[in-house]
Amino acid sequence: MSKRIELKDLNIFYGKFHAVKSVNMTIEPRAVTAFIGSSGCGKSTVLRSINRMHEVIDGAYVEGQVLLDGVDLYDKAVDPVRVRRHIGMVFQRPNPFPTMSIRENILAGVRLNNTKISRSEADELVEQSLRGANLWNEVKDRLDRPGSGLSGGQQQRLCIARAIAVSPDVLLMDEPCSALDPISTLAIEDLIKELKETYTVVIVTHNMQQAARVSDSTAFFNLKAHGQPGELIEYGPTEKIFHNPDQKATEDYITGRFG
Amino acid sequence: MSVTTSSSLPSEALTAGQLPKHTAIAMLVVAVAITAGVLALFGAAGPASVIVVGALLFLVAMFALSGAVEGIRKAKDRMARYVVTGFFIIALFPLVSLIWQTIAKGLERMDAQFFSYSMRNVIGEGGGAVHAIWGTLIVTGIAGLISVPIGLFTAIYLVEYSGRGRLAAAIRFFVDVMTGIPSIVAGLFAYTLFSFVFGPGTNSGFAGAIALSVLMIPTVVRSVEEMLRLVPNELREASYALGVPKWRTIAKVVLPTALAGIVTGVVLSVARVIGETAPLLVTAGITSSLNVNPFADPMATLPVFVYYQYITPGVPQDPFYARAWAGALTLILIVMGLNAIGRLIAWKFAPKTGR
Repeated sequence: MSKRIELKDLNIFYGKFHAVKSVNMTIEPRAVTAFIGSSGCGKSTVLRSINRMHEVIDGAYVEGQVLLDGVDLYDKAVDPVRVRRHIGMVFQRPNPFPTMSIRENILAGVRLNNTKISRSEADELVEQSLRGANLWNEVKDRLDRPGSGLSGGQQQRLCIARAIAVSPDVLLMDEPCSALDPISTLAIEDLIKELKETYTVVIVTHNMQQAARVSDSTAFFNLKAHGQPGELIEYGPTEKIFHNPDQKATEDYITGRFG
Repeated sequence: MSVTTSSSLPSEALTAGQLPKHTAIAMLVVAVAITAGVLALFGAAGPASVIVVGALLFLVAMFALSGAVEGIRKAKDRMARYVVTGFFIIALFPLVSLIWQTIAKGLERMDAQFFSYSMRNVIGEGGGAVHAIWGTLIVTGIAGLISVPIGLFTAIYLVEYSGRGRLAAAIRFFVDVMTGIPSIVAGLFAYTLFSFVFGPGTNSGFAGAIALSVLMIPTVVRSVEEMLRLVPNELREASYALGVPKWRTIAKVVLPTALAGIVTGVVLSVARVIGETAPLLVTAGITSSLNVNPFADPMATLPVFVYYQYITPGVPQDPFYARAWAGALTLILIVMGLNAIGRLIAWKFAPKTGR
């Protein structure tokens, strides 16, 4: 199940600080959308606002709309906990639960929500999720070992497996490869290409080659000056953004002639 | 070796003189021996003076020797190392001698009778502390049952729910103030409270437990708070991102991750209150018989038992002193046992690295 996301006039604040200014964009299902831009321009903030994770921070709030297949996620009647069950997230640093084994980490989303699941169903879910994250062959003999004993790249794929185990509609990835070596990065990028068959994938990255390699559309964020809110400068097919951008700022950033 | 580089730095050899491996120990022995000899000549040789003067002589001689052979930097390094080691030994001294004294004097009465008899109808030799051991376990156990939930939930509120609110600042302030309350004040508070409710002069184990809770809650709050803050935010976010509600995240992710530290903190806070004498003196009181009902009548506890055995000895005095030391040793053993259990639990639940 893959769903379309629309951001309508989205403004994001941290207390009095206006972090992101009026973003309008449509994120297509069954595709990879990359957010690029310099540090502090609000791309992670926009990403976190899509599954209402940013309001975990004290004083953060948004104005505007985030529509998931037409349903406004910021409607008063919407429960953020339910939103996050539909929109999964993978973080910059791999964060498997240290008290749990590999198997328990995969089942965390199910077990922590107190859903009853039979032993055979659980086994199937673990295998299916780990296969989905290209990790099954590496860990199938040590499912009861702690997840924190894996390498960084394996931990990150474990986190992806954990996120897809709750079968979300959308998968948000906040710089998922920035703490990983090139081999692990390649494994994750291959995985992202497979994941887009099933999910809407949104990825924040500092690595422009990565954005060019994995994404179908690219959004470039920037801020005019320090202390100003971040803005969406340009959004379009990755091909166009990288070869023939409309905006001068985009071209400068892509070609590295930028701050 | 002629150096023909253009560098203006003085050429420095990469090798330097080195003292043989056991120089320091040999020097220490020599220094202490010389000091003992010289002080004996003046008739001033006592263990304390020999050790202090010998240690100073050792430091000076070692500094001079090392400075001459190894250079001034190494000499300073040795100096710092010996001074640090010396202070460590000084700090260790009272601890070791305390344990040694307690074991030496307490072992005499560590017999079956001590652990199976109370002081009922005992006026001289014999008797035991079974009533006080039960009293200590009951009073401390109830204090723990009261303090751990209150402290735990207060800490959870402070770390997970309060944010930067005024209520949290107020709670933190009062917890800090409570940490500094003298234990006798906690005892008088509990005594007054129970006198007010049940009439003056009421002694009971439960009143003692209330007094100990007043002392225990702040330490539990503080240590649990520290432990919860150590749990990385990333784990909370990972849990939220799976659509897990906040309270389940706390119960299933945050608390298990911090469990080892929380258990250690709780054990330490129990150890802090289990030896309290003053508050129990005024609340639980003393009795010579076994009383396992915390809600009525005085209840003996180990610290108060030790206090009374030592302060009001009968004739002959020695059995009383022996019982006092045995009581003190029992108290230390209970605390050590608690620590061992705490460590076992901490080790069992500690996050595994799996490497």
